[in-house]
Amino acid sequence: MTNRDSWIALAVSLSALLLTALLTAAALALGGYSPLVVLQSLLEGSFGSLDIFFGVTLVRAIPLVVIGLAVTVAFKSGVWNIGAEGQFYAGSMAGVWVGLSVGDYPSFFSVPLVFLSAAAAGAIWALLPALMKIRLGVGEVVTTILMNFVAIHLVSYVVRWPLQESRGVFPNTDLIDESVRLPIIIPGTGLHLGFVVAVICVVGLSIFFNNTGMGFQLRAMGGSKEATRVSGRARIPMLLIVTFLLSGSLAGLAGGIEITGRTFALYEGMSPGWGYTAIAVALLADLNFIAVLVTGIFFGALEGGAGAMQREAGIPAAWVSGIEALVLLSVLASDRILRRLLRSKKKYDVKERELDV
Amino acid sequence: MFESFSIVLFLEAAIRLAVPLAVVALGESITERSGVLNIGIEGSIIAGALCGALAAMEWSSILLGMVFGAIGGGLVAMVFAIFVLGLNSDQIITGTATTLAGLGFTGVIYQARFGTTGSVITLPVLKSLEVPFLRDIPILGPIFFQQSITVYFVYFLVPALWYFLFKTSWGLELRSVGEDPAVAEEAGIRVLFVRFLAILFGGLSAGLAGAHLALDSGTFIENMSGGRGFIAIAVVVLGRWNPVPIVGAAMFFGAASALQFLLQSSGSNLPFPFFLMLPYVLTLIALSGWFGRTKAPGSLALPWPPKSG
Repeated sequence: MTNRDSWIALAVSLSALLLTALLTAAALALGGYSPLVVLQSLLEGSFGSLDIFFGVTLVRAIPLVVIGLAVTVAFKSGVWNIGAEGQFYAGSMAGVWVGLSVGDYPSFFSVPLVFLSAAAAGAIWALLPALMKIRLGVGEVVTTILMNFVAIHLVSYVVRWPLQESRGVFPNTDLIDESVRLPIIIPGTGLHLGFVVAVICVVGLSIFFNNTGMGFQLRAMGGSKEATRVSGRARIPMLLIVTFLLSGSLAGLAGGIEITGRTFALYEGMSPGWGYTAIAVALLADLNFIAVLVTGIFFGALEGGAGAMQREAGIPAAWVSGIEALVLLSVLASDRILRRLLRSKKKYDVKERELDV
Repeated sequence: MFESFSIVLFLEAAIRLAVPLAVVALGESITERSGVLNIGIEGSIIAGALCGALAAMEWSSILLGMVFGAIGGGLVAMVFAIFVLGLNSDQIITGTATTLAGLGFTGVIYQARFGTTGSVITLPVLKSLEVPFLRDIPILGPIFFQQSITVYFVYFLVPALWYFLFKTSWGLELRSVGEDPAVAEEAGIRVLFVRFLAILFGGLSAGLAGAHLALDSGTFIENMSGGRGFIAIAVVVLGRWNPVPIVGAAMFFGAASALQFLLQSSGSNLPFPFFLMLPYVLTLIALSGWFGRTKAPGSLALPWPPKSG
């Protein structure tokens, strides 16, 4: 990425934020609210104190960052994985299942085992769409959406039958043992070790994509499949498998982190659509791993601040999903308009997308 | 005797649950036939539900509820069209955005109007219309001819769309745009205009289905679209972009939900999630070509004009 490209990327993200802010302010004013009061309560509810920032904003940001990374890996490599939601649930199911059965083992063994099985389950969930794409030429958009529904109904089975809590009344699992829970890294807040895991993922992926041969090949595949094929540098099917598995395992890992760090149990509707919100997280970050950490925290602040906004300013929390959608639309609009003005190469072009569905 | 009675109930419920899906999927199939994959129709459905509910409440009229529901769904589809056709933005990302926007802003408007505590709104409820004579046919009568007006609309829409797609020159133009926009343009067809109309039709249908959801249950609930936009995309695939099989596929999804309610209300311990899962699994199998080749329109989800560089 040249210097000019990264400046344009930053300009796109910033103007998208500005556009979102303007649109939101206009919509709020139209709805009879004062935009400044809303902004103030949103800021207080997300950055108001260190406790709130660590315990609310950052805790909310963890799954968004990790799933945002999953989406980034896929989109960067030209794979349209809309299935992070399902892969997250696959990871949560495997994570809670292993987590419930390893309570007697020491944490340094049981917690990594939960993470591994969650990541593996997420990867397996992404494997079928990968194979269907490679072997049968079936586009991944529809197959990954279908796999989301299969996962959601499987969760509904798991929490009602095999892993239902011991009294057999509620549709959720038992809580995992204390020893399998992630330690709190800042005492007095809810911020758990999952945040460190998320940061490690950010750094690792950034190094992998920018400094390794495989990372280069994946980026090349995202740029143009024909380019990779002609240059003879890479075998597309293998790269596709790597992308799907890496993306799926990250979304699955997010499930393992939520189970061990925050919910300690599995229940229906555990994710409020993170698989889709993460698409906005990844795009606002212009598919840059380091920036995903920032945009993930931004969305975490929005979702975390929503509660305070509702309590203190009487603004319905539903505004936040509206704002998230405005972010996505603003990114699309400013990407098109700015790049058209600057006559730069467009970013989200997928020339070779084979969508045989 | 009891057996056949409950089968009638089951099929009647299956049709009831299939109808909104069928309407959404029929609309989406027209959009997809033009080469546009609108995964944002979930946003159109929920907008249709809210607009339909508000209009029906304002004027105590089912008909106006349906009309304004369709308009609401069409408006959301217009936002999608502006981005996808006007700015040539990516269809998948734009669709995700309009879904989030639809779910978010209907929630905002609902909570602004009715408070955050979730006060219940009551609407005029869709009554079932019984067709004289036909309703008296044993078994089939109660299943097919004692239904809401939307069901009869589907009876009309299926042959109409089939005729339009395969027997009129406009249908041919639509399909050629979806198969190969470059060739269609050579032939003098205005690709973007055709796609605009196709997206609009998809949005109007989804909005109508949304209004049906609100008026059938007599209330509006946030997120009441319940993922039907995504389910409809599966229905279109399973129905191979063809009106008649699409209704069959919608029936299949409807039957799976009906079975779930039947099992839960009868206190059966059969694991109902598997019945709900089954249609998705079968759609995956259908996509992998086990039931013969399933071929999407050639240019589906690709940008137009094609990006340079």
